[in-house]
Amino acid sequence: MSDLAIHVTDLTRTFGAFTAVDHITFDVKPGEVFGFLGANGAGKTTAIRMLIGLLQPSSGSARVAGYDVARDTEQVKRSIGYMSQRFSLYEDLTPRENIRLYGGIYGLTRDQIRQRTAEMLERLGFSSVADTAVRSLPLGWRQKLAFSVALVHRPQIVFLDEPTSGVDPITRRQFWELIYDAASRGTTVLVTTHYMDEAEYCDRVSIMVAGRIAAMGTPTALKGEFAVESIDELFVRLARPDAGGAGKAGRVQ
Amino acid sequence: MIRAEAMSKAFGPTVALDKVSFEVENGELFGFIGPDGGGKTTLFRILVSLLVPDGGRATVIGLDVVRDYRALRQRVGYMAGRFSLYPDLSVEENLTFFASVFGTTVQREYEQIKPIYTQLEPFKDRRAAALSGGMKQKLALCCALVHRPDILFLDEPTTGVDAVSRREFWDLLGVLKKGGLTTVVSTPYMDEATRCDRIALIDRGRLLGIDTPAGITGSFGRLLVGIRTTDHYRALLALRRYQHAASVFPFGDVIHYTDDRMNAAPGDIAKDVKTYLVGSGFNDASVEPLTPTVEDVFIARTANPESRIPNPGRMA
Repeated sequence: MSDLAIHVTDLTRTFGAFTAVDHITFDVKPGEVFGFLGANGAGKTTAIRMLIGLLQPSSGSARVAGYDVARDTEQVKRSIGYMSQRFSLYEDLTPRENIRLYGGIYGLTRDQIRQRTAEMLERLGFSSVADTAVRSLPLGWRQKLAFSVALVHRPQIVFLDEPTSGVDPITRRQFWELIYDAASRGTTVLVTTHYMDEAEYCDRVSIMVAGRIAAMGTPTALKGEFAVESIDELFVRLARPDAGGAGKAGRVQ
Repeated sequence: MIRAEAMSKAFGPTVALDKVSFEVENGELFGFIGPDGGGKTTLFRILVSLLVPDGGRATVIGLDVVRDYRALRQRVGYMAGRFSLYPDLSVEENLTFFASVFGTTVQREYEQIKPIYTQLEPFKDRRAAALSGGMKQKLALCCALVHRPDILFLDEPTTGVDAVSRREFWDLLGVLKKGGLTTVVSTPYMDEATRCDRIALIDRGRLLGIDTPAGITGSFGRLLVGIRTTDHYRALLALRRYQHAASVFPFGDVIHYTDDRMNAAPGDIAKDVKTYLVGSGFNDASVEPLTPTVEDVFIARTANPESRIPNPGRMA
């Protein structure tokens, strides 16, 4: 067993003649916040689907929480939490009911569910809305609740797929404090985002381009290596090598 | 081009728009900047005559959005927030379809859509569903333009689109602006505000300010200080405990700090913050005055604690 939260070697996935993920190799350490960046269509979603046991790799291997994603899919699913921008909570249920539902799905006991519900509502400051339908909560609050619900079974690793999309700037930052808080208590976080400032908050980032990992490291190291001011600038340079850098209208011929 | 006066709209107990007034000039690239639930989509739907406001009135190109809806619909281009093209039709078929709905052809309107269509042409036989996020948005823009509208409404065209495709999309809007087109666009990405001639900040159905991007950032009204240190997160928490801290927020690898001493000299504040940080063990901290961004202003205008308390009566 390795000490790594995520251990990926030459992971590859093809769809017919198209190679969506092309021999990617990377590790994520326990408690690390790892930013998994890439342009639309670069292969991020395909890679994440393999890592959470929803899609079989074509070749290569990946271990998540020590389990093989191709063989031990059930153990992988039990060891991880997942939150996407699109769907995470049942909107007709209240925060309390959502927590109970997910606790039940993950096989927690009644006592565990009761205790964690109280803890989570307290930590989120949700006591006053514990019994209000999720649908009527502001988006930012729903996202915070979704994050906590993704952690209800205390997974070793949580996958966050664009968790802050469309969220207001203050809540977006509060959300990242929840991420830091979870990481400081040992949870490993793999997160995707289109907000390049958020990339700077990660311990390490990788940038996927056309199915491969084109750059990986701490934000500081990457900025030094590529001699750029920001991850945004690096992203633009890597994702469109022909564009010649930032914000030029020269794309339009 | 647009004149909106005290427009309001509620859905049951949820107030989506609360007496919103503004004007858009001919040829402007005008942006509504704000998060989900701000009221952007409701506002756009009213302006293109798909929703009737509860109160107030608006005219677009001189046409009343309620009374003159038939005439208005011929003259506006609208790109909805959700991808609304036919996924099973190809790029070319979608475009041909939208052209024919408005009684024209792609050939006749080619000049208008050319700057965008040249980027799509290599994929013209691909099904719309199989396009990347950025390409889908370019196709939707093309379809919204194909009947030569006098004004274009783009509701969150860059949401969920990667940072590079977002830049390319804004470059295209710049090209259209040069051609004289009036464009109203909404976005939750504050960094896109600088691409607009003027912006309106919108949150919870209310406008928090209308001005040029420079006018908005110039209205910040406080000294903003930027702090860099290797131990970013711990420094953030330490700054929150500083006795004079008014606001402390992470912006990428810089911490944005404002002070509660309104009359202190900028140099003194930076010096005091530096002293505090070094005293707290952050020896490598650099502290420099910063020019506020649109996002700083948005945060400052929405930062009252009450706005952070969940309010079930409001639109999510």
